[in-house]
Amino acid sequence: MSFIAKPKIAHPGLPKNELGLTRRDYEGSMSTLCAGCGHDSITAAVIEACWQMSMRPEQLVKLSGIGCSSKTTAYFVSGGHGFNSVHGRMPSIATGAIAANKDLHYIGVSGDGDTLSIGFGQFAHAMRRNLNMLYIVENNGVYGLTKGQFSASADIGSKAKKGEENLQPPIDPVLAALTLGGTFVARSFSGDKEQLVPLIIAGLKHRGFALIDVLSPCVTFNDHEGSTKSYEFVRDHYDEVVHADFVPPAREITAQYAQGDTMPVTMHDGSLILLRKLDPSYDPRHRGQAFNYLRDKLAQNEFVTGLIYIDEKSPDFHEVSGTTATPVNQLPFAKLTPGSKGLEKILSRYR
Amino acid sequence: MQPTDTANPDYYHRVVDCQWACPAHTDVPEYIRLIAQGQFTAAYLVNRESNVFPGILGRVCDRPCEPACRRGRVEAEPVAICRLKRVAADHRDDVRPYLPKAPAQKNGKRVACIGAGPASLTVANDLMPLGYEVTIFEKWHTPGGLMRTNIPSFRLPEQVLAEEIGYIVDLGVDLRLGSPVTSMKQLLATGEFDAIFVGSGAPKGKDLNLPGRHDPGAAAHIHIGIDWLESVAFGHVKNIGRRVLIIGVGNTAMDCCRSSLRLGADDVKVMARKPRGFFKASEWELEDAEAENVEIVVNHAPKSFVIEDGRLTGMQFDVMEYDLDAKGRIVAERTIGEKFFACDDVILAIGQENAFPWIENDLGVEFDQWHVPKVNAATFQSTRPDVFFGGDAAFGPKNIIWAVEHGHQAAISIHKHCQDQDVTQRLPRMLNLSSRKMGLHEWAYKNDYNPLERRLMPHVDLKERFKKINIEVELGFTAEQAAAEVQRCLNCDVQTVFDARLCIECDACIDICPVDCLTMTPNGDEAELRQRLKAPSLRATQPLFVSAPLQHTARVMVKDEDVCVHCGLCAERCPTAAWDMQKSKIRIPYASDETTPCSTQPAQTRRTA
Ligand SMILES: Cc1cc2nc3c(=O)[nH]c(=O)nc-3n(C[C@H](O)[C@H](O)[C@H](O)COP(=O)(O)OP(=O)(O)OC[C@H]3O[C@@H](n4cnc5c(N)ncnc54)[C@H](O)[C@@H]3O)c2cc1C
Ligand SMILES: Cc1ncc(C[n+]2csc(CCOP(=O)(O)OP(=O)(O)O)c2C)c(N)n1
Ligand code: SF4
Ligand code: SF4
Ligand code: SF4
Ligand SMILES: [Mg+2]
Repeated sequence: MSFIAKPKIAHPGLPKNELGLTRRDYEGSMSTLCAGCGHDSITAAVIEACWQMSMRPEQLVKLSGIGCSSKTTAYFVSGGHGFNSVHGRMPSIATGAIAANKDLHYIGVSGDGDTLSIGFGQFAHAMRRNLNMLYIVENNGVYGLTKGQFSASADIGSKAKKGEENLQPPIDPVLAALTLGGTFVARSFSGDKEQLVPLIIAGLKHRGFALIDVLSPCVTFNDHEGSTKSYEFVRDHYDEVVHADFVPPAREITAQYAQGDTMPVTMHDGSLILLRKLDPSYDPRHRGQAFNYLRDKLAQNEFVTGLIYIDEKSPDFHEVSGTTATPVNQLPFAKLTPGSKGLEKILSRYR
Repeated sequence: MQPTDTANPDYYHRVVDCQWACPAHTDVPEYIRLIAQGQFTAAYLVNRESNVFPGILGRVCDRPCEPACRRGRVEAEPVAICRLKRVAADHRDDVRPYLPKAPAQKNGKRVACIGAGPASLTVANDLMPLGYEVTIFEKWHTPGGLMRTNIPSFRLPEQVLAEEIGYIVDLGVDLRLGSPVTSMKQLLATGEFDAIFVGSGAPKGKDLNLPGRHDPGAAAHIHIGIDWLESVAFGHVKNIGRRVLIIGVGNTAMDCCRSSLRLGADDVKVMARKPRGFFKASEWELEDAEAENVEIVVNHAPKSFVIEDGRLTGMQFDVMEYDLDAKGRIVAERTIGEKFFACDDVILAIGQENAFPWIENDLGVEFDQWHVPKVNAATFQSTRPDVFFGGDAAFGPKNIIWAVEHGHQAAISIHKHCQDQDVTQRLPRMLNLSSRKMGLHEWAYKNDYNPLERRLMPHVDLKERFKKINIEVELGFTAEQAAAEVQRCLNCDVQTVFDARLCIECDACIDICPVDCLTMTPNGDEAELRQRLKAPSLRATQPLFVSAPLQHTARVMVKDEDVCVHCGLCAERCPTAAWDMQKSKIRIPYASDETTPCSTQPAQTRRTA
């Protein structure tokens, strides 16, 4: 971390978005993570994405559990709403918030520990319900906050800082999401904002649960030789299969984009993402194929990245559960409370 | 782009914009930090090493450093560099014990300086400690040149001048006042001197030969600016008419109009031929004049002096109109009418020239077709090896700080000439770097950006200041103002030094930089690379730093130096110390740094920091 806050002074030529805001207006408080932590880069990517989307800061809800990764919600969009829940319980808080107000954007930030160990059940159900949120796993293979124990995402044979080897098989959040019915499944790397920023935007636009598993090296406890989540190892072994480019509604698709291995996907708000297939044989709309492809690559020690699977058609949580169209806080009192007569009626149904 | 060659001392020197812009390369950030620590004497000495007259320049320097200051690119106003120089001068203790002294045993070489302006005084300042015997011939009965005769005492008090000139003269200079040199030939013929330095300035004010100029009734009321200011300085002129027109809008005009107000005028107009933006006067001199209710009349070109009944009654002007292009340049001009302005006196402030009627043609000192001496711009040697020029005499009117720099360079040449060395073989500038890292997050400089705005100079009350001509208008910063202003300096000499071998490409520095200076990207040629920076490149004149290829991806680290605020956050966030904050110290060679084979005395070191 640094000990002085980033000063408010900014580059005089910084571009402004539709709201007249610069990227700097989407920052949060000073990060207290280790200098060089991948999580800080993901924070910067979230800031960039929210700025590019011209999101009103108060439209954003930031939710998290416990861990270095979970601390980061404080470091972006200080004008947004935030809830830092207990370890692994962020999806419950998200479920409640989303049910109450469907007009906001929801970002959940979690870690590999928070998601794949203590919070694995919550994670699975959030996906099963297709909650309308972006869920980011900042995946470093360790419990960073508690000083570097192996997490459930550590690969077999990966070495801890002091040399001991991990012997248990990993849970891959992407494979898990594919089997649990995830409708937007992506993987990225904290050191590749060109890939990550459009994925965050697309994830926020996606109707339903969008998972991005972001490989995010822990410089302090997992960036040594022998680790499979170090900057060097990830750079050498990551392999983009489908690149997503987000196209803001105003921009037309250029001819160069529209041809060849490019596949446009219309999001539910009418905006477009363009998927550039780096492996032409790959189809990101085919769940089974995606699963096999990933398994094969993982066996070769390759992290497949990019937009791995997308399904814009499945109904989301709101549709299935018939949530209120008007946010609860905007409903008139009379509509929110049934009154004694109404209550009587409801109760009579259970008698 | 090729990786930046930071071993070239000019690279990091340029980053210190103020020091790069200062003709004498004053170590600005160093003296500002010393002021911040309350070390006024040390701050004064750092100044004196390069600019010789900190008290004088702290008041009246043309301050090319301020428009160059980085702070002015990040915010509206630059650091008040000049005012802080005065703070160092105002609060210093007795500096005499720390000044170089002349050795008792001389080196047997004698140098004559003509004119006792800042250029000659600098030559004496640099050569006396090396054992030279320096004689200064001055026409007037007092030294200082235009600093004494033309810069009014309400801007530059006489006692400030006397003190700083005294430091030099007291080295044992043979100062011959009231001794105009009337023949270079005779001076050379005496054979007394091994070298001659011409620091006689540009003493001739330009005249304006319009109808009526030489009418006998008008002559006494039309004055040439620099001659008039000289007469005022020497007390020969004590008053002027009530209504005064000043022709021209340079710095001389500003001194003429403000002096007039102190000699009885109450309706002073400065007549400008062109619109604002084309004025030669510095912004702050215009401000000061306008604050004293001087009216600046634009777009009026003088046409004739109007004489009625044998008396000057005013001037006739053409009213001008200009067409400007998108860049603000004049593309067409025309006269759209005429206008008369009544006045009692006119002061012409339209420029000066150098004139050397006392240098004979057959001495080997060559002049060009405009009678300007042919002088080498690096060595200041004329076409005659033992004659050197500097200050306004060399290339026409400039300012004090340029005169000082010319003096330093001429002193090196004179020294080399007298020691039978090649004057063109000069020591290069050098640069040292040393890390400011003290702990994990501690730096040996104040790296937290302070958003304070520029402090405003307090002035003597408008009513008070006109009572006498020598009431200094600027009061100097208060202690509180100085303490605040020093915090505005960005410490540009604490450089961001990058080691590509250490970078693990984690993006931390890129994300934390408050002004988005840094980009990691594939290499390209400069014009194209500037298109791909994280924040738009605003000034192609500001250098890009480009690293060697990075280990993991072969991309390069690019830094746009333009608006870096030297906050050190990149270095603080870097997990591998690939970025470090290192203080640069630029070594400027002076005459005392040259070898002195003929001297028995070791040269005194002039280093202060
Ligand atoms: C009105 C006015 C205001 C100015 N204000 C500023 C300002 O605010 N800041 C700034 O930086 N600069 C200012 N300048 C410019 C600055 O004063 C000069 O550039 C600087 O003084 C030049 O120094 P110099 O040593 O070359 O010559 P000068 O200062 O001109 O000194 C030359 C000396 O040589 C003497 N001399 C000339 N001929 C002979 C001879 N034949 N024999 C003996 N002695 C001789 C002269 O009497 C004079 O004393 C101003 C100039 C003017 C005219
Ligand atoms: C209920 C509960 N159990 C255990 C902990 C201790 N704990 C804090 S953070 C953490 C693991 C965090 O790992 P991860 O989610 O990967 O985050 P990282 O710090 O690696 O980003 C654990 C086990 C806790 N805070 N609460
Ligand atoms: S901020 Fe300070 S060091 Fe930097 S250019 Fe301005 S005065 Fe010079
Ligand atoms: S010192 Fe580093 S972080 Fe600070 S402005 Fe300069 S490049 Fe950016
Ligand atoms: S913080 Fe250091 S290691 Fe990380 S990218 Fe910047 S220079 Fe490289
Ligand atoms: Mg973790």
